[in-house]
Amino acid sequence: MSIAAEVVTEAVIAEHRHGFRRRWYRTPSFVGGVSILGTMVLLAVLAPLVTRHDPTSQDLLHTLQGPTSSHWLGTDDLGRDVWSRLVYGARTDLRVAFLAVLFPFVIGTLVGLVSGFYGGWIDTVTNWLVNIVVAFPFYVLIIALVFALGSGTRNIYIAITIVGWVSYARIVRGEVIVAKRREYVLAARSAGLSDARILFRHLLPNVITQAIVFAMSDIVLDILAIVTLGYLGLGVQPPTADWGKMIADGQTFLTTHWELSTLPGIAVVITALGLSLLADGLADLLRPE
Amino acid sequence: MSTPLLRVTDLQVEFPLAHGVLRAVDGASFDVQEGEALGIVGESGSGKTMALRAIVGLLPRAARIAGGTVEIDGVDVTRGGGAKLRELRGRTVSMVFQEPMTALNPVMRVGDQIAEAPLVRLGAGRRGARDRALELMRLVGIADPSRRYEAYPHELSGGMRQRVVIAIALSADPKLILCDEPTTALDVTIQDQILKLLAALQADLGVSIVFVSHDLAVIAQTCQRIAVMYAGQVVETGTVAEVFREPRHPYTLALLRSVPDFDLVRNHLSSIPGSPPDLASPPQGCRFHPRCSFVRPDCTQAPIPLIALGSRETRCLHHEDCAAAARAEPVVTGV
Repeated sequence: MSIAAEVVTEAVIAEHRHGFRRRWYRTPSFVGGVSILGTMVLLAVLAPLVTRHDPTSQDLLHTLQGPTSSHWLGTDDLGRDVWSRLVYGARTDLRVAFLAVLFPFVIGTLVGLVSGFYGGWIDTVTNWLVNIVVAFPFYVLIIALVFALGSGTRNIYIAITIVGWVSYARIVRGEVIVAKRREYVLAARSAGLSDARILFRHLLPNVITQAIVFAMSDIVLDILAIVTLGYLGLGVQPPTADWGKMIADGQTFLTTHWELSTLPGIAVVITALGLSLLADGLADLLRPE
Repeated sequence: MSTPLLRVTDLQVEFPLAHGVLRAVDGASFDVQEGEALGIVGESGSGKTMALRAIVGLLPRAARIAGGTVEIDGVDVTRGGGAKLRELRGRTVSMVFQEPMTALNPVMRVGDQIAEAPLVRLGAGRRGARDRALELMRLVGIADPSRRYEAYPHELSGGMRQRVVIAIALSADPKLILCDEPTTALDVTIQDQILKLLAALQADLGVSIVFVSHDLAVIAQTCQRIAVMYAGQVVETGTVAEVFREPRHPYTLALLRSVPDFDLVRNHLSSIPGSPPDLASPPQGCRFHPRCSFVRPDCTQAPIPLIALGSRETRCLHHEDCAAAARAEPVVTGV
């Protein structure tokens, strides 16, 4: 190679050698999302350090009070500290939402990978199952399932997994159908590599991006679902703090103490905003060149 | 002559259509000896790529081998399951693809892609596979291999990427490399480097090469023997020197006449009248007859078999006329 060509190649390498590590801070949505969500997670993790009251202890002599130096956001109808309940609620709801997204993500990705790659009857059966689940509105199915299974976090995971895997399966299946026609898959085959290796070493890293990005917005959906279930009394069981339950409890006093329902509502909106920004940022950063 | 490394006999590849079938390859026959480079030339749709993919059993899902045999090292690989063929892939036969950008996995380091076959097929161990990859990168002329090992495909230039693709093809030490238009996507100077590299690898490592191209000049530069394909059939085979000097099929002659040649000043560049036939209903008799300037009544009667002429073969009944025309007006100089 001539010296000139060598220099050009070096320049090309230098220009492209940024990748994820060097670019993330220049993506505003990613930075915004991480900041918002990071603060949320930090507060949730450090809950005992940033609150002064037990979120479940009642103080019936000081109910429905406005903000004081002891109760920063006041107390609810049972005299419980609203700030503590918000923070501990974040702890519950974020944990449940993250775990609830994990199972559908893994199961849906595997199903999509296999059905997209092999096609045939596997794909046909998968499509039937997907269409059956998709035929029902999300909330109707979730509420019906939790109602049938009984309330509580374990059953929320099961219900969300039964409904949620289809989105991942569809996304990954579509990506695999496109990716498997690419020459690098043919090249991997012509090198005599096994199907399992082609699926997991070559196809999976190429198709997972969309599923990860979707997972971020799916957490938003799951938080809303958990809060909705909590509101309906089917979710996290009292006395554990949960935003949905807080909204439901505060409803009675909406005309006099609107903040009791509004504050957990704002917490939901901020979390959703953080996750949406994170999803956007990730989509930008992980997009193949 | 000993058993050839690759012997393709009367290969037929079909695509089922709504009405009837399309024979993408209909009677491809050629041999490749150990250490030899064979060029397969033909225009788009002549079946050359399908013939190549049939050899390694990587046809598109809709296509199937309808007849003929493909013998690799004396074993017919068209019979008996995919396991045998998978064992051969990489170890005995490997492929180099046309488009080096899409033939590489975009999210995997190029070094790991080269090391993959040594790791999983040769059981070289992580360290050994890495060393093998670095050695191959040096062999195909990639400067500073230990740094480039870590690069992703988009960080390399087109020529570098094609060198990586060639290194991958060599990684499990095959005897035969199938190249599907490996230089078409590259610019001319890089094309020349890659062709020289392939020729050097053939000479130094003794690997056989099948080189598919639509470019006669590329074939002349790299191959000893040539097979010309038209409408799914091999119409002429022979050494590059004989075929270029005295083509014995009118299609070959027409193809050679349509190549610009600055040594041999022609006052016009000829093109072949008409267009290639529809493979779902090919013409009766010789498939080239509607476009042939030497056509006679017997050309349109029955399908023409490959006629052996010493070391050469042709699918033309009147190959003498063709050879005489080539002698009267030489087509290529310096071969």
